[in-house]
Amino acid sequence: MATITMLEGIRQAIFEEMDRDPAVVALGEDIGVYGGAFKVTEGLLARFGPERVIDAPISETAIVGAACGMSYLGLRPIVEMQFIDFIACCFNQVTNFVAKSHYRWGAPVPMVLRGPSGGGVHGGPFHSANPEMYFMHTPGLKIIYPSTAYDAKGLLKSAVRDNNPVLFFEHKFLYRRIKEEIPVEEYTIPIGKAAIRREGTDLTIISYAAMAHTSMEAAEMLAKEGIDAEVIDLRTLMPLDRETILASVKKTNKLLIVHEDTRTGGIAGEIAAVVCESAFDDLDGPIMRVTALDTPVPYSPPLEERYLPNAEKVAAAARELAKY
Amino acid sequence: MHVANLNKETSTSASKLTREQYLDLYYYMQLNRQLEDRMVRLFRQNKIVGGLYSSLGQEAVSVGTAYALEPKDWLAPMIRNIGALLVKGFNPRDIFTQHMAKYTSPTLGKDGTSHFGDLKVRHTVSPISMLGDLIPVMTGVAMAGRYLGQNIVALTWIGDGGSSTGAFHEGLNFAAAQRAPFVLVVENNQWAYSTPVSRQVPIKNLADRAVAYGITSKIVDGNDVVAVYMTTKEAVDECRSGHGPVLIEVKTHRMKGHAQHDPAEYVPKEMVEYWKARDPILRYEKFLTDSKIWDAKTKSEIDARIERELDEDQKFAEDSPLPPPELAEQGVYCDGCHTIEADWRRSKKELTPPNCSVDAAWEVKSFGSIDREAVAEMKAATETKQVAVPAASAGTRQIPAARGNGAPPLPASKFVPKVPQKPFVKPPAKAPIESNESIDTAAALRVPFGRGPKDKAFRQERQEKEKTRRDKRGRR
Repeated sequence: MATITMLEGIRQAIFEEMDRDPAVVALGEDIGVYGGAFKVTEGLLARFGPERVIDAPISETAIVGAACGMSYLGLRPIVEMQFIDFIACCFNQVTNFVAKSHYRWGAPVPMVLRGPSGGGVHGGPFHSANPEMYFMHTPGLKIIYPSTAYDAKGLLKSAVRDNNPVLFFEHKFLYRRIKEEIPVEEYTIPIGKAAIRREGTDLTIISYAAMAHTSMEAAEMLAKEGIDAEVIDLRTLMPLDRETILASVKKTNKLLIVHEDTRTGGIAGEIAAVVCESAFDDLDGPIMRVTALDTPVPYSPPLEERYLPNAEKVAAAARELAKY
Repeated sequence: MHVANLNKETSTSASKLTREQYLDLYYYMQLNRQLEDRMVRLFRQNKIVGGLYSSLGQEAVSVGTAYALEPKDWLAPMIRNIGALLVKGFNPRDIFTQHMAKYTSPTLGKDGTSHFGDLKVRHTVSPISMLGDLIPVMTGVAMAGRYLGQNIVALTWIGDGGSSTGAFHEGLNFAAAQRAPFVLVVENNQWAYSTPVSRQVPIKNLADRAVAYGITSKIVDGNDVVAVYMTTKEAVDECRSGHGPVLIEVKTHRMKGHAQHDPAEYVPKEMVEYWKARDPILRYEKFLTDSKIWDAKTKSEIDARIERELDEDQKFAEDSPLPPPELAEQGVYCDGCHTIEADWRRSKKELTPPNCSVDAAWEVKSFGSIDREAVAEMKAATETKQVAVPAASAGTRQIPAARGNGAPPLPASKFVPKVPQKPFVKPPAKAPIESNESIDTAAALRVPFGRGPKDKAFRQERQEKEKTRRDKRGRR
């Protein structure tokens, strides 16, 4: 066992996959000599050389397009967006070219598109986004958003081996704050399986990424007040682990969804619809949600604190829900 | 920039082709045209499900370029490159069934037109409707081919319209930076849907774009199939030997509207006539006859073979079923239905540590400051500019033809921005058009900004103009 950060888990996954298979290559801005804006790819160029670790121009459309072309010849590119916000620059390549490729003409695109996402670090409107829902709405993509070092490593390895395009969101607030013991021996984690972080009987809190930790904090507060919350960390958003969600709702009969993405059109709406369709009779209260505001991510600390959900807000909503 | 056979009536420097190859070129061009002719008929019978985009007049471009590729090379067609698909080994039935949305089509009915491909045998990437996106994708194909040691070239096309997209720039810049074995054919057919080239870009030759990327470019007469083939072959050979990307501008004309619904009334009649007289197939037939490569018997044999093949494939397509509705739900993800395996043509060991490991540091040759040489160059340029300005303001100077990769940068004076085009005043009556240049101007003047054939005032104005012109002719 070794104690590592989430960032180190991601780094290890990339190194191990590139060691395992020379068809795995990496592309991105400043990922080579510099080692990436967050140093996720530090040492990658020295080990694997410039043919496998490609410092690309500031050109997200070119990077994603080229990675797609590479995958058609059987390579497995790992693309880094310097900040995931910049994925907007290559939206067309991702949603129209990459995502539809297999459905339209049977050409799989085994590619991983990863990058730092999320707020809480005062990055402002263009370095804090959670753009996962643009892509949830695009059939053909898989979406992973881990919250722990162990999960990040195991899921990224699965993503590289998957035959489909996978978006891998890395919450930058967690990069160096999460430290965890992980096994020395190799492991992978299957895509599409949620994790139950805390078992409980009174209500279910569903969340992912940084908000999974916030939800756990809230659950501990609630426990002291006698409310026993179950906390589910989705880990993978697409495909969504409906079974785990429904099983938990059928057990606790109350559902609170927490996400850092904006409120309208966030994943809470989709989960609520799934639960209403398949477990309506099991509900003892309204499905509630705690989310970020429907605004861009503001820069100044008091504004961003207002914008983001926190343990207090989650606990307050849970108390309301528990009254039913 | 290399200009091949532009505005010459026939190609003569075609010594490298065998008789069989000459006949192949005819076969594919005629197959392309006859296939599309039949599809127009099917469209009118309501048997084509979606749109139908004609490549009439552009057959030499699709066929001549694709014919220069080897079977291992990769291409990605645009909507009007059906001829290229035929050369690459797809059958007319693939095109028929795609357009008719049949279950037997390469995409099983999930997509139409030329939106299909084949990764394993014919090395063809399916296009999407968003223009320019194939350029970065084919750059990646070229890079991966080099990585795997396959010694391939990747080729795609873009129209004059698509050359204005961001993806065009991003892709070409990345290809150039990577020196990828990538050929980009800019198919300048004069019209982006209804907008003439002069309204899209302020330059005359789209090949000039290549200078900014530091790559080689060529211009070729797109209605001369042998010239197109020769130019592309040269580009492909250059690419294969590691010279980096090549941009080829082919000058041609879209003889029909954007698609079947578009009567293309915005195209001046003179322009249609000009290009009709340069029909690539009729021209090539004349060339084959004049060069005694074939006789009437050979032609009729090939034509009969085309008829036979098209009869068979059209029947196959018409008799084919539509897909079962439940197919709509299948195939969003690859869940093991495909095996992904690269075709390695070099030792994996070269790309495995420690063999691939390097000292990760930049080797910077230029510190980027303005050195003595650059200052002298700028000074000289400024002096030339002072002399040149009056000429430029008179609006008569032309930006000189661009040079290719490795050529020294042009002096700054030559990059004086072009004088803006004259504002639109009432167009003067034109003499019959004789050259390309006057056609460009005519097109620009005839389509006032923001107005089109649906504009009533514009229609009336045009009718009047036509009338005046007829009157004048009558007086002569």
